[in-house]
Amino acid sequence: MIEFENTAYSYGGGELLSDISLKLSPGSFHFLTGPSGAGKTTFLKLCYGALHPTAGHVRLFDQDVRGMNRDDLAMMRRRVGVVHQDCQFLNHLPVADNVALPLTVSGRDNLDQVSNLKELMNWVGLGNRASAFPPELSGGERQRAALARAVIMSPDVVLADEPTGNVDWEMSQRLLQLLIELNKMGKTIMIATHDMNLIRTAKSKVQARVLRISNRRLQLAGADL
Amino acid sequence: MKLNLTSILVRDTQADRIVPPTGFTARLTLIAAAAMAFLTVFALALSLASGRLAARWGGELAQSSTLRISAPAEQMAAQTAAALRVLDTTPGISLARALSAEEQAKLLEPWFGPDLPLETLPVPQLIEIAETAEGYDAAGLRLRLQTEVPGAVLDDHGRWRRPLERAAARLRLLGWASILLIGATMAIMITLAANAALAANAQVISVLRLIGAQDDYIAEAFVRRFTVRALSGAAAGTVLGCGAVLLLPAAQAEGGILTGLGFQGVAWLCPVLIPPIAAAVAFVATRGAAHRTLSELS
Repeated sequence: MIEFENTAYSYGGGELLSDISLKLSPGSFHFLTGPSGAGKTTFLKLCYGALHPTAGHVRLFDQDVRGMNRDDLAMMRRRVGVVHQDCQFLNHLPVADNVALPLTVSGRDNLDQVSNLKELMNWVGLGNRASAFPPELSGGERQRAALARAVIMSPDVVLADEPTGNVDWEMSQRLLQLLIELNKMGKTIMIATHDMNLIRTAKSKVQARVLRISNRRLQLAGADL
Repeated sequence: MKLNLTSILVRDTQADRIVPPTGFTARLTLIAAAAMAFLTVFALALSLASGRLAARWGGELAQSSTLRISAPAEQMAAQTAAALRVLDTTPGISLARALSAEEQAKLLEPWFGPDLPLETLPVPQLIEIAETAEGYDAAGLRLRLQTEVPGAVLDDHGRWRRPLERAAARLRLLGWASILLIGATMAIMITLAANAALAANAQVISVLRLIGAQDDYIAEAFVRRFTVRALSGAAAGTVLGCGAVLLLPAAQAEGGILTGLGFQGVAWLCPVLIPPIAAAVAFVATRGAAHRTLSELS
C-alpha cells in the first residue's frame, strides 16, 4: 500500500535520504529508527504525501504521489492515520471535536459516528476528558488523543512519529498496546521511535520489523535488537 | 466547484467552528461593508435621478418646438394665419396651434406678476408645434418662414436640450462609475481581510490539510464567514442609506437635480439588490483569496 522505489529526498543542498526501496504490505508492523536528524520524520512525511520525493517514486495505494492533485492527496490522507510528533490539534476546539475532526471534514459526522467516538475516547482512556481543550491535556493524554484522531476514519495505515516521545514508560507501553491492538485488527502500523526498549517490548508481542535509517539509507535491522 | 453562493448561506455546518472566531476583524468587515453599501445607495440615487432628469428634459423638449411671431399689432393676425398655413403644409409637423391670449398671459405670469396689463404690451404670438416621430427639416422651414412670415422665429429647443441632456447623461455615468469603484474597493477590502484571516489561521489550515480536508471545505469556512458579514453589513448600510435618502427634502414640482435625488416607484427595488450583490462580491473575493492561499500551502 505504501511503496518506495529508488526514492531520494534532499533538502536544499544535501541529500537526506537516498536510494530507498521499500514495500509496506497490509497488516505489517514496522518500527523506524535511527539517530535524531537521520530523516525519520521526513520518511514519514513521504509516506503521507506531505513531501514529494526529489528522485525516484513513492506510490501510495498504487498511485504515484507526483500524479496526485490536492484533492487526491486529501482523499488519500483519509486512509492514512498519522500521529504527529507535536500532535497538531485545533486548540479552540474540545478534545472530542478534535478527535472527530477527520469525520467532520469528510462530511461523515453523523449520529452513529458519535457513538463510535465515545467508544474510541474510552478505548484510549480519555472518556472523561472529552470536553477538555488540548492545551489542558498532559503529554500522554495528548498522544492518546492524537492516536484516537488518527484511527477514527478507520484508516488502512497508521503512522506514528515518536508517539512516546514525551511520556513515561508506563504510558509508552499503553500507547504501544493500543497500536498492537490496531495491528491485530489488520491495520498496517509504522512507528518512528528511537526508544529501543519500546521496540524490544513490541517484538515480544507482535511480529515487528525494524527499519533503520543510517547513512541516508534505509536498512532492515537484524533480530539482534 | 461544489461551493456556491446559496449553499454558503443556507448551510450552517460544523465547518464554521473549525476556524476560531475573530470578533474584532469580523466587526471591521461588517462596518466596511455597511459604509460601502451606504455610499452605493447615494451613488445609485444620483444615477437614477440624473437618468430621470435626462429623460424628462428629453421627453418634454423633444418633438416640440415654438414659433414666435413678433409683428406690429395690426399685422399679427395675418402673420399668425400665414405661419399656421406654412406649418400645416410642412411635412413632419403633426400639430401647430396658436396659443390663446390667456395661455400666453399664464406663461408670463411668473415673471411679470398677475396684475400687469399684458394687452398693452407688444407681446409676441407663440405657436406651439408638435412634431411627428420623424421630425421636420428645421432649416427648410426657417427659409420658407423667412419669405412668407418675416416676423417669425423658430425655436426648436434643441440647443437648450442637448447640453442639458449631455450633462445629465454625464452625471449618470459618474454615478455608475462610482458604484463600480465602490464595488471594486469592497472586493479589495474583503480580499485583504480574508488574506489576513487566512494568514492568521495558517496553523488551523495546515492541521485540516493533514487530516484530509479538501481545499473546498477549508475555503468554505472562510468564504461563508465573509459572505455573511458582507451581506449583513451591506443590509444595514443600505437601510441607513435609504433612510437618509428618504429624509432628503421632497422634490419640488420643477424638480432641481439636488432636490430630485431619491428613488421613485420601482426604482426602490434597486437598493434592495445592494446586499446580495455585496455578498456576491465578498463570495468571489474570499474564494479567490482562499484558493490562492491554499494552493501555496502543502
